[in-house]
Amino acid sequence: MVILLKILNLAVTLTAAPLLLGIIIRVKAWFAGRTGQPLLQPYYDIWKLLRKGTVYSVSTSWVFRAGPLVSLAVTLTAALLLPMGGLPAVFAFDGDFLVFVYLLGLLRFFMIVSALDTGSSFEGMGSSREAAFSALCEPALLIGLAAIAKITGHASLTPMAASLQPALWTAAGPAFVLVGFALIIVFLSENCRIPVDDPTTHLELTMIHEAMVLDHGGLDLGMLQYAAALKMWLLGLVLVGVVVPIHSGFLCLDTAATLLCMGLLAVLVGIVESSMARIRLLRIPPLLIGAAALSVLALVLVYR
Amino acid sequence: MNNTVDMIMIFLVLTNLALLGLSRLGACIRVAAVQGIVLGMLPLALNRGDIPLHLGLYSAVLIGLKGIVFPWVLLRLLKELKTRREIEPFVGYGTSIALGMAAFVSCIWLGHRLPLPEPGMSALIVPAAFFTIVTGLFLTVSRKKALTQAIGYLVLENGISAFGAAVVETQPLLIELGILLDAFMAVFVMGIAIFHINREFDHIDADKLSSLRT
Repeated sequence: MVILLKILNLAVTLTAAPLLLGIIIRVKAWFAGRTGQPLLQPYYDIWKLLRKGTVYSVSTSWVFRAGPLVSLAVTLTAALLLPMGGLPAVFAFDGDFLVFVYLLGLLRFFMIVSALDTGSSFEGMGSSREAAFSALCEPALLIGLAAIAKITGHASLTPMAASLQPALWTAAGPAFVLVGFALIIVFLSENCRIPVDDPTTHLELTMIHEAMVLDHGGLDLGMLQYAAALKMWLLGLVLVGVVVPIHSGFLCLDTAATLLCMGLLAVLVGIVESSMARIRLLRIPPLLIGAAALSVLALVLVYR
Repeated sequence: MNNTVDMIMIFLVLTNLALLGLSRLGACIRVAAVQGIVLGMLPLALNRGDIPLHLGLYSAVLIGLKGIVFPWVLLRLLKELKTRREIEPFVGYGTSIALGMAAFVSCIWLGHRLPLPEPGMSALIVPAAFFTIVTGLFLTVSRKKALTQAIGYLVLENGISAFGAAVVETQPLLIELGILLDAFMAVFVMGIAIFHINREFDHIDADKLSSLRT
């Protein structure tokens, strides 16, 4: 029975991840007064790319080819560690939140290395920005999760999520609010959403993630896009798990509520993107340091 | 009740961090205003049971002055000025936030050493109040524009008032109101002074005033 639930968790994660992107794009279109693309368009895009062949530049080495594969593999591994609502994670062991954070770090590293391998100055610029910003995001995510681990008394994500009861929220409310805000900033920054990076700009000097994947095409690009969608889903799950701890005791209800909250998160991101402008590149580090500061503050409150 | 006080204190700390990281003067004034409003609710949140009339009045005066009058004066002043943002402060914004976090941690240490006279109070009051005071001081010394320094003074006063609110039941209301009156005067005097500096020199860069000595 538990095995089935674990497989169900993985299956939902793998199939629903690109939907988040579809909802965001739809909400943005609605705000702009357009009908927008179909909700399932990200699936079509990825499917189209997966059927295409790839072209490799002669100046690239195996690192460039390994980039998308490793990215996808690492994200899939990270997906095995996260619980969803009432569904347990496939693997759970003490300290797996550290593994989760550093798997995301590995993903970033391989994206950066494979972008640098092309020798294009454009991708070098994107990589340098990605490295700078994610170095600031990582402490925010890690320390935030550490604060929650301290509150719940568990060092593994599945029991951590299971013990996040509403009663705990009232007991340690301030710390949760702080971690929640920090995670929202991390979510937006890590997924290259608008206050930090604009996912719709191509060939512009301000972009980060899109600059790094410029030279990937076909199958490789499809894998990268799917990995990015998966990463967004996973970070969304972490955020929703912390901010909306629903434990009614009914498995279906918990899971349905979590999925609903994921949808709401996508709508929220769409609203943020439609109502805000991207902030200046130089102003991003203070924002991310601020997020890290919120996490540190939460940890200090918990340890006080 | 304690949870509400905790929330207010966290909010105080967050607004302090925002002030340390913001460069636009208008945004700084508004954040300081929100801080004042939240601070005005502190005496009510601290009170257990019925709210006596004098406390309600005090709270209303606090919110009115710090949330509405002071920001209004400063925002009007901002309209007259050409400056919209703090350019090149002595300490950068990222560094400011990092220093702020370090200051908060030391304030928590300080809070452990300074227990409140009444037991059962939120343990966050002393650290958050001290942190607000330190933020105010830091803003006054690390920023160049006279307007930001005035905001720093306001934040400093907010911190003192938060500290006072924790012991307001033992402290006469008259003293609190006296401090408020002083702050009120100070903001007006600073407003007028900044206005004149701006008239005279076309800028409000307090750093450049030191070159006036011959």
